[in-house]
Amino acid sequence: MLLNYEVLDNKLVVKLEGELDHHVSEEIRQELDELIEKKRCKLLIFDLSGLHFMDSSGIGVIMGRYKSISKNGGKVCVIKVSDKIDKIFNLSGLYRIVDKHENLKDALDSM
Amino acid sequence: MEYKNYMKLEFESKSQNEAFARVVVAAFASQLDPTIEEITDVKTAVSEAVTNAIIHGYEKATGMVRVICTIRDNELEVIIEDDGQGIVDVEKAMEPLYTSKPELERSGMGFTVMETFMDKVDVYSEAGKGTRIKMVKKFNSLNRSKDVK
Repeated sequence: MLLNYEVLDNKLVVKLEGELDHHVSEEIRQELDELIEKKRCKLLIFDLSGLHFMDSSGIGVIMGRYKSISKNGGKVCVIKVSDKIDKIFNLSGLYRIVDKHENLKDALDSM
Repeated sequence: MEYKNYMKLEFESKSQNEAFARVVVAAFASQLDPTIEEITDVKTAVSEAVTNAIIHGYEKATGMVRVICTIRDNELEVIIEDDGQGIVDVEKAMEPLYTSKPELERSGMGFTVMETFMDKVDVYSEAGKGTRIKMVKKFNSLNRSKDVK
């Protein structure tokens, strides 16, 4: 599991690559919390184009970050979601709290 | 005649083995000529069940997790069992969004994912003895290729 990020005008873009399951979720969660704290970004964008596998542990990770970011008035969104991951997001009702966009441009335009 | 195949896998309840277990089951199921969607469904369901065995069945202890797969024609049956602490209230555990471990940021969607991605899910559990999850999925790809012939 790889996590890359960039900060664009106060917006944190995190690219997750590989497989997100329970085994890696704790590490990813810590890395994300440190980044959110350090960069003080109110908008978090998950680029999931490189995510090949995700189970419900991934839902826990995204929902958890949403909770902390929304407390400070921030927003979370996901981009480049594959069909298989879309299926789990739909099932869990994640889209009720997190927006989905085709690409980074659409996500940035919407904010 | 019915086509039949069987395999059994046993490993320690370490989170490193979650990926190992789902990849093994996916490789075993590949003889059914599955679509990518079918194989992803199976991998995700296996990942959920094995994760449950590790974090709920054994918690901090280490025990053995067994994965038993049987193929009957175009159907795959996957049994995932542990000898952990068992589930006291199975019905409650299977409710969407219910988690006994909110502090771990579990989403409570594990059983819902299994039930959505597989055709049949049965849970047998006894407190203090362990849990056995039996899941069945029907693959349609072999039928399709037969039609072509």
